[in-house]
Amino acid sequence: MTERIYGGICVMCNDQGYMTQLDQWNKEVGSAIAQEEGIEMGDKHWQVIDYLQEQCRNEVPLTIRKIGKSGVVTIKEFYTLFPNGPLKKASRIAGIPKPVSCI
Amino acid sequence: MENNTKKIRKMMLILSKATLDNVYACFILANGARMEGIESEIFFTFFGLESIQKDKLDHLHVATVGNPGMHIPTMLGGLPGMEAVATKMMKNKIEKLDIPPIGEFLEILSASGTKLWACKLAMDMFDLEEKDLIEDLDGVLTVGDFYERGQGDGTHVIFI
Repeated sequence: MTERIYGGICVMCNDQGYMTQLDQWNKEVGSAIAQEEGIEMGDKHWQVIDYLQEQCRNEVPLTIRKIGKSGVVTIKEFYTLFPNGPLKKASRIAGIPKPVSCI
Repeated sequence: MENNTKKIRKMMLILSKATLDNVYACFILANGARMEGIESEIFFTFFGLESIQKDKLDHLHVATVGNPGMHIPTMLGGLPGMEAVATKMMKNKIEKLDIPPIGEFLEILSASGTKLWACKLAMDMFDLEEKDLIEDLDGVLTVGDFYERGQGDGTHVIFI
């Protein structure tokens, strides 16, 4: 467990760089993590992040299939918005734990 | 010493079987690669072609005969209806784990950027035409074409 500074705020992260306390998250923190991941956030990106956080609060495990059925984005869009490992990257930006699903 | 900093760039999967467990193993490996930002392609050959035939992909079975992992005695495994029961049980389990049925899984793979190729020789052998196969198919290739797509560092080939 390490402390990292994102968007001027000190947040707790695990060794893989995923935040461990969602209540420390705000949009500036998310933007700073996104920058580290090489992603420039737009409206659609934030809609996805909102959805992921909501699922996390409801303790619903995330899968690519669920994202596709969310009505927020299609799977194709999801891969375009967050290239090279979309679910992992988006989860990191959203400040939620690393997804454990293989699908 | 091997350079262990070399990353996997591309997974090339060859699916030659039509049993449900083999098809799912292949699809999960291909999808898992995309989720990690790794390219993936599937080459459907021999019985693997069943999983991309429009009229067959929803009717794939698990094998109850010659499959020690099922723990069903061979003589019993051959009884009428055994395969159907085992398949139904497996499909229920799969659905509970939020793993999609074959048709939907192929759509997810295609949307995720996995390339889906049919083997030309196997198609000729089974008298298949492209119209018999799913719309999301990226094309029909020879073995040579498929290998050519795997050129470069960090490519791995898996035969299922």
